[in-house]
Amino acid sequence: MNRPSWKKLTERFIILWTGAVIVFLYVPMVAVVLASFSKQRYFKFPVPAFTDKWYQKAFSSLSVRELLWTSLSIAALVTIISVVLAFLGALAFARYDWKGRKLYQRLILLPIFFPQAVLGLAMLLWFSAIGVTTSWHTAVFAHLVWITPIVILIMSIQVYSFDPALEEAAYDLGATRWQVLTQITLPILSPGIISGAIFAFLLSWGNFPLSLFTTGADQTIPEWLYAKMVSGYTPMVPTLGSLTLSAAAMFLLVAYIIWLAISARRRRLDSL
Amino acid sequence: MAGTTQNSKLQWLRNPGVLAALPASIFLLIGFAGPLLMVGAYSFMPSRSFSLNQIPTFENYISIIHDSYYLSFFWSLAMAVIVVILLFIICYPIAYGMAKLFNKWANLVTALIAVPILISENIRLFGWVLILLKNGILDGSLQSLFGVSASGLLFTVPAIILGLVYVYLPFTLFPLVIGISMVPDTLKEAASDLGATRWQIFREVELPLSMPGLMIGGILTFVLVLGSLAEAKILGGQAIVMIADDIESAFTFAQNWPKGSALSVLLIALSGFIVFLLFRRVDLDRVIGRR
Repeated sequence: MNRPSWKKLTERFIILWTGAVIVFLYVPMVAVVLASFSKQRYFKFPVPAFTDKWYQKAFSSLSVRELLWTSLSIAALVTIISVVLAFLGALAFARYDWKGRKLYQRLILLPIFFPQAVLGLAMLLWFSAIGVTTSWHTAVFAHLVWITPIVILIMSIQVYSFDPALEEAAYDLGATRWQVLTQITLPILSPGIISGAIFAFLLSWGNFPLSLFTTGADQTIPEWLYAKMVSGYTPMVPTLGSLTLSAAAMFLLVAYIIWLAISARRRRLDSL
Repeated sequence: MAGTTQNSKLQWLRNPGVLAALPASIFLLIGFAGPLLMVGAYSFMPSRSFSLNQIPTFENYISIIHDSYYLSFFWSLAMAVIVVILLFIICYPIAYGMAKLFNKWANLVTALIAVPILISENIRLFGWVLILLKNGILDGSLQSLFGVSASGLLFTVPAIILGLVYVYLPFTLFPLVIGISMVPDTLKEAASDLGATRWQIFREVELPLSMPGLMIGGILTFVLVLGSLAEAKILGGQAIVMIADDIESAFTFAQNWPKGSALSVLLIALSGFIVFLLFRRVDLDRVIGRR
């Protein structure tokens, strides 16, 4: 067997395979966008006629606006609270050495491994037992239980590569606790914080199993989509699906631009 | 900072690590441990009761054993096994490429694969409905190009498997990448120089060293599939009933919280046992922090 050529062949196979799988990941989303422009009430392929009337309908609909507002409020609150909780949580996870850390690392990650639908139902029991009426506020709480551990995990990856000597050096030079936090720790860990925030926002924005049981009379977009998919299909399903999809894409794009700006600034500072 | 912690409880509490761990820990104690205890307590309440002040009973567990719930447990377990095996086969080459081959392209590939996680699962599964539907994208293309029809694809077990593989692919892939990048190339070269065959290098060097990543990926996916709900409902219709579906209908349609709680306890115990086996064998500092 000729070794180098065999290696080349495997490499080519791996590249092709990866490309194919990435296409596989995006095909359904393209399908949803395509269907949203289809004129027929029920989707048919090849699409006989295109239209943007479903979008006009969506933009003028008050109930769609309400769905968007509910989803957005939940995601925004979840992002802010989870980032604060997880920033401290990640420092405890990866930065400091303390007795009980190994146990903490395992317990804090448990919600990630937990079936979300069951977690949502458990929350429902919990809220009813302590006498809290479910609404989008309780959904924020439910999302946080699942999302905070994920954000801790993401931030921890960054915290592991953080050199504590930098903080100590600042203390030695007479910096206060607050100065060290705002001028050393936060700037260095900012990439981890930003990626954590992106995940928090979008995971909450798209979450379905937790919202299903904890929003009470309020409804988020993923809940509405599911309800219409299972019974009572309307052409607004692909339209609203495409809208949330593009909202997520825009959010990622903006985050990417902010990211580029921060790393450009950092490079400038480094070169000084 | 680290050495002074053992003396007293008060000093332990003063450790910055303990202080930093407190907010998230207290929150999860209220938001995670609380609800779980509640589910456990409800599972011992008499059937169809909506409060906790009744005499505890085992009747829910007994009726679960007598009913046909073992079937949905079986389907969930079978799906989990099939999906994990398929995903290992699909993901291993990609993970290998990302860890060893793509170099500067690895970040782009990571981003491209991570972005779909951030799009609502329902929307992506609905995309598959449009593809597999009668007169949908696949059926319609085949009809207009070759005149053959593929109309019976939706609402079948393979459609569910497709959906599960699709949704959970990143959850297998990323831990796999971490696992494979924990294998130093020099070690493989050394084994090769000492005359090991490709298969021997894989079995004796690569597999054991990348094991923590493989285990996290496999078990994370297994547990997530075990508790999955949307895939079987959206792509499977009535084809099979998975355990999360049973739990949901016990809570909603049947309005039988104790029965739903007992089923949840069994599912939690099953997943918990598997995760426990994982955590006993994996050092998280090494896998996540790579130190």
